[in-house]
Amino acid sequence: MTATLVKETSPPPVGLADRARRLRRRGRIMAVLFVLPALLLLGALVVYPVLFSIGRSFFDASGTRFVGGENYTEMFRDPATLKAVRNTAVWVVVAPALLTGLGLILAVLVEKVRWATAFKLLLFMPMAVSFLAAGIVFRLAYDEDPDKGVLNAAVVSVHDAFTGTSAYPTARARDGQGLRAGADGSYRTSASVSPGDVVALGLVGVPPKDLPGGAVPAYAAAKKAASDELRGVVYLDFTPGGGGQQGKVDRRESGLPEMKVEAVRTGQTVASTTTAADGSFRFSGLEAGSYAVKLPASNFAAPYEGVSWLGPALVTPAIIGAYLWIWTGFAMVLIGAGLATLPRDALEAARMDGANEWQIFRRITVPLLAPVLTVVFVTLVINVMKVFDLVYIIAPGPVQEDATVLATQMWLVSFGGGNNQGLGSALGVLLLLLVVPAMLFNVRRFRRSQR
Amino acid sequence: MNAVRRGLDKGLVQAFLVVVGLIWLTPLAGLLLSSLRSAEDTAQGGWWTVFSSPGQLSFSNYSALLKNAGITEAFWNTVLISVPTTVLVVVLAALAGYAFAWLDFPGREAVFLVVVALLVVPVQIGLLPVAKLFGQLGLFGTIPGVVLFHVAYGLPFAVFLLRNYFAEMPKEMLEAARMDGGSEWRIFIRLVLPVGRPAIASLAIFQFLWVWNDMLVALLFADSSAQPLTVELQSQIRQFGSNIDVLAPGAFVSLVVPVVVFFAFQRHFVQGVMAGSVK
Repeated sequence: MTATLVKETSPPPVGLADRARRLRRRGRIMAVLFVLPALLLLGALVVYPVLFSIGRSFFDASGTRFVGGENYTEMFRDPATLKAVRNTAVWVVVAPALLTGLGLILAVLVEKVRWATAFKLLLFMPMAVSFLAAGIVFRLAYDEDPDKGVLNAAVVSVHDAFTGTSAYPTARARDGQGLRAGADGSYRTSASVSPGDVVALGLVGVPPKDLPGGAVPAYAAAKKAASDELRGVVYLDFTPGGGGQQGKVDRRESGLPEMKVEAVRTGQTVASTTTAADGSFRFSGLEAGSYAVKLPASNFAAPYEGVSWLGPALVTPAIIGAYLWIWTGFAMVLIGAGLATLPRDALEAARMDGANEWQIFRRITVPLLAPVLTVVFVTLVINVMKVFDLVYIIAPGPVQEDATVLATQMWLVSFGGGNNQGLGSALGVLLLLLVVPAMLFNVRRFRRSQR
Repeated sequence: MNAVRRGLDKGLVQAFLVVVGLIWLTPLAGLLLSSLRSAEDTAQGGWWTVFSSPGQLSFSNYSALLKNAGITEAFWNTVLISVPTTVLVVVLAALAGYAFAWLDFPGREAVFLVVVALLVVPVQIGLLPVAKLFGQLGLFGTIPGVVLFHVAYGLPFAVFLLRNYFAEMPKEMLEAARMDGGSEWRIFIRLVLPVGRPAIASLAIFQFLWVWNDMLVALLFADSSAQPLTVELQSQIRQFGSNIDVLAPGAFVSLVVPVVVFFAFQRHFVQGVMAGSVK
């Protein structure tokens, strides 16, 4: 917007002066009629409320007693509003900087591909979506249950790919059936065993539907062992439909495949293996002596549940993440428009001089873009300070107070049960004060553009 | 050697941007697919399971939504709020913008600077006083009340945008029209509005989306018979988790109108947003 305002019409030729005067008077009346509706609304619903709120902020909750600056000191004493002030500070420090940086990087990179327009459209689209819809989108994505929230589903599958899953989180041994529980959740044989022995390790607590697909009955697996080997079977000591004997491998009892088994001698693991489909395992080539067979704790670890995105600790970063999804396109497109106006020859000259892309970016692109970056940054700061809907929607009820920001707190205090309109007005005035620098920035920028 | 490196760099850039694009698309895809699954399927597993069993998808949530009186009424309320607001903002701002740009009246510059200053005033500060005012006028809780509030807070930007656009019109054009004896009203209708069409289109789209997407203002100013889709949906968010079969299609419906408007008028929208920076 580089409009130059034409201040005065040039003096009309002599002889037309009379007509010009008439025209001007008529123009004035028209002008007032043209601006009046807008100004009346602005006066009644914007300017007057600002003045009213400032006045109201010096009165108590019911509005009957003048309390001076008490509401403003209360703001920094009351833990809930203090939390809101802190969270808003986090938002203002983190979000605009991240967004401007991300927008800059993407704006530079996207120029290098042919589908730049499609990419820009995709990233810009969330700007058209309501915070409410975006809030629901992310409430869904952040859901803690890895069977609902896509983020935790991804985190869990990455985690499990590296550390493996435990196949039997619910399995346990019956007391007095030959297995002793360790403090870490592992099990080991209570009696010592030696090569040539066959051990049968019975576990319970695995619902038949949770058995791995390939599990087969364990009955045939408990064979005789050679003298240098230790054989055994890990089985589910439970006969479906009843019958069967505790501590004994009955005909219809299933083996537990994929169970990690270790042979331990004087406290040291000397061999380890994994059970087959019928639950059998075999350690061969063992020296003579006494061993214990151990089922390490990793077999029984509770499944990894992912990250509690919307818990008290991470809720603000999580909501900022949703905010990035909405606003990155804005930053990218605005900065991209700035990039398009950069002098091509400066970049070309630098390239000719052998500067690499990074040097060009640091030394030329960023400094030349500084005005655009400032505008983007300031816009984001103003909007971040007023963020309301996203916090209101994404933070689950119990975490609301950990995520609260000035705008939500102002709402809660004034209308959401707090009903302290004095403090609420003071919070509104604080919000206004925070944007005063932006107000001055705008006014100055406008006045400069008029010269 | 250099060419190989450049090719590699380009490949990396493309891969990176593809990943970013997918990250941007995933939450939306999740919402769309969730909206097409029954409550039982949602309880069983995530929306990504539809890739292995596409039979889960059906429009039954949407047909249920159509029969949900609360939601359909809220949808119409959203239309009844956003369309009049857009029209009013455009008309009032065009009138004022033209006056600020081309008509001479005392205090014009000073008043316009006040409008520029009002650009960043947060709506929060208006909630309480205007609620009291509307209460006295009998507007509180009604659709006209919501509309008036939106119009007032949309005006600073709208006037700012149109005033700047109109000011760029060639002076000769206006003077010629005045010499021909056209009244200011005629000039405004016949000349200024047509010339200003691109800016007016940007403004209208921007304003429409802004109001369509609003929740905060309607949360306070609309009672249950006047509440738009956003407020209706947020009132159900407390049961989040158990009612995804209502929330997901509802959110999708509330989102599809702006997204269609966005794609239909993307250039105008982007221009509107860019002009509105530092708002």
